[in-house]
Amino acid sequence: MSPTNAQSTGTQAARTQAARTQAAHAQIGEVSGRRILLDQVTKRYPGQEIPAVDGLTLEIPAGKIVMLVGPSGCGKTTTLKMINRLIEPTEGRIILGDEDVTAINGDELRRRIGYVVQGAALFPHLTVAQNIATVPKMLGWSKERIAARVDELLELVSLDPAVYRGRFPRELSGGQQQRIGVARALAADPPVLIMDEPFGAVDPITRQRLQEELLHIQEELQKTIVIVTHDFDEAVKLGDWIVIFREGGRIVQYDTPERILADPADEFVENFIGSGAGLKQLTLTRVRDVELVDAVIGTAGQPASALLQRTREAGHNHAVILDERRRPLRWPSLRKLARMETLPAELDPGMPLVAPTASLQDALDTMLVSSAGAAIVTGRRGEFAGIITVEVIMDAITRARDAAAEEAQGAPIGLNTAAIGVVAGEPA
Amino acid sequence: MLWSFVIDRFPQIAFSAWQHLWLVVQCLVLALAIALVIAFAVYRVPWLRALANGVSAVGLTIPSFALIGLLIAPLGFGVAPSVTVVVFFAALPVLRNAVVGLGEVDQDVVESARGMGMSRLRIMLTVELPLAWPVILTGLRVSAQMVMGVAAVAAYALGPGLGSFIFSGLSRLGGANALESVAVGVIGVIVLALILDLFLVGLGRLTISRGIRVTN
Repeated sequence: MSPTNAQSTGTQAARTQAARTQAAHAQIGEVSGRRILLDQVTKRYPGQEIPAVDGLTLEIPAGKIVMLVGPSGCGKTTTLKMINRLIEPTEGRIILGDEDVTAINGDELRRRIGYVVQGAALFPHLTVAQNIATVPKMLGWSKERIAARVDELLELVSLDPAVYRGRFPRELSGGQQQRIGVARALAADPPVLIMDEPFGAVDPITRQRLQEELLHIQEELQKTIVIVTHDFDEAVKLGDWIVIFREGGRIVQYDTPERILADPADEFVENFIGSGAGLKQLTLTRVRDVELVDAVIGTAGQPASALLQRTREAGHNHAVILDERRRPLRWPSLRKLARMETLPAELDPGMPLVAPTASLQDALDTMLVSSAGAAIVTGRRGEFAGIITVEVIMDAITRARDAAAEEAQGAPIGLNTAAIGVVAGEPA
Repeated sequence: MLWSFVIDRFPQIAFSAWQHLWLVVQCLVLALAIALVIAFAVYRVPWLRALANGVSAVGLTIPSFALIGLLIAPLGFGVAPSVTVVVFFAALPVLRNAVVGLGEVDQDVVESARGMGMSRLRIMLTVELPLAWPVILTGLRVSAQMVMGVAAVAAYALGPGLGSFIFSGLSRLGGANALESVAVGVIGVIVLALILDLFLVGLGRLTISRGIRVTN
């Protein structure tokens, strides 16, 4: 077996992954979500003097993720549940797309809005497939169509249909249950998804993975998603826009995560953000959005001396060895390079690699544990894309801060008309 | 001898046993339906739920013999008072368990069902009832055991079933075949109760989802 062959089997998995990512990217573009508008909505509970939500006007732009955050009792969950009228507003209108849905049959409205709750709350007496099929069944889909859809959704949430279709919820881990919860909500392809603390009941590692998956799914589906959370970091990570509430459903700030971090509206928001706003900003920028540093490159099989020569001339301390498809194999220092005769074709599994979709925080984390103090960025097919260094990250932070200082473009409406309103965002 | 008593009167005993079982089964079905309707009506309202629990607790302390005696006046003799008494006693444990079972259904699950656009009726039938079913079925088994005996008392109102052997035996105690008659009635009721319980266990196997069964 030639070295090239051995190497290509080694990265078989990586290439399948790349192909899949490519397929996913091919579907991007269509915004399937619809705009939501809460128009001067008030919720008053009997026997309570102060309304839970008071004269709230809130626009959720189509195809975006909007996070509702705030302390408990601030009315964020009430606001969320008024979107699908699980809680009926006392006053005001709810508009979905161009349709006023304030007075239509509530059950019918809810079938058009995906709903995910904390801990998924799957039907314990039904199998995974039956759980996912709930809404399609009510809509009268044929058996074949439902079965195909169930498998499709299980694939979407990274669960093997053949294994999980027939399982009962209690046979699944918390993270898997939450995945099924998302699949169930997406079953009838609703334009809008609302989620009430969806990842609150799982461990931090699973939560992170589920968040990544949700972003990935959203990239593909472009739904309008509204998520309630009390975790500000989650809001920053997932949200295109963040609404910060305080008691009585009053909006304190409705803005992009960048701007909230860079320019909090008041002390309440500052306290809510907590410490480390600068570090949190790192989660906002992806590796693909920054300018990478070039490296000196050699191909496996070539003599090492030529590469050593070029690296020294360029004044670099490291050189990258690629295979014939430009995928990185090793990242030797000058000292190691000097000891080589020909450039080896074996893959070094310890290389600090980051994907273009990784956040700068992930990249920083990867480079801090690598000996080089930098990381290699690979493209969609695993090909070499460049090097990311600490300087690159510092530069990106500076620029992000400058950009955030300007007003956000096309800010959605969010204001309280009844209360002595704290207005945020730009009334369009 | 008991054996020859059974042989001699076998068709009559078999017929009475069948009538007895049939009376109980029909009454159980009726009681189940009534208890479920009441349970669904009360389980969400705390004071109604307390009232239902109180009624089922107190109701069970009423001697069945007294109740059937009282019912003869308005309902006459025969099937009517028997069915009424049996259904009454059968409904109580089912009601109690149904209220408890429905109250134990995870409200998050019910809310997520509502959030998916299920109607109230659909939630009752496809979510709450299946989830409360194991508890309800336990109540039904208790009812079945208890009501087998109550149905025997129904013979006092000239109702159908094995009770007639017991009453006729007791009324001629000391006479020929009196003891045998009582024994046939009592043993018959016990055997029927065991058969019915076995049936209900089997029913549970078939109707309780594998997802919520206690032991697999």
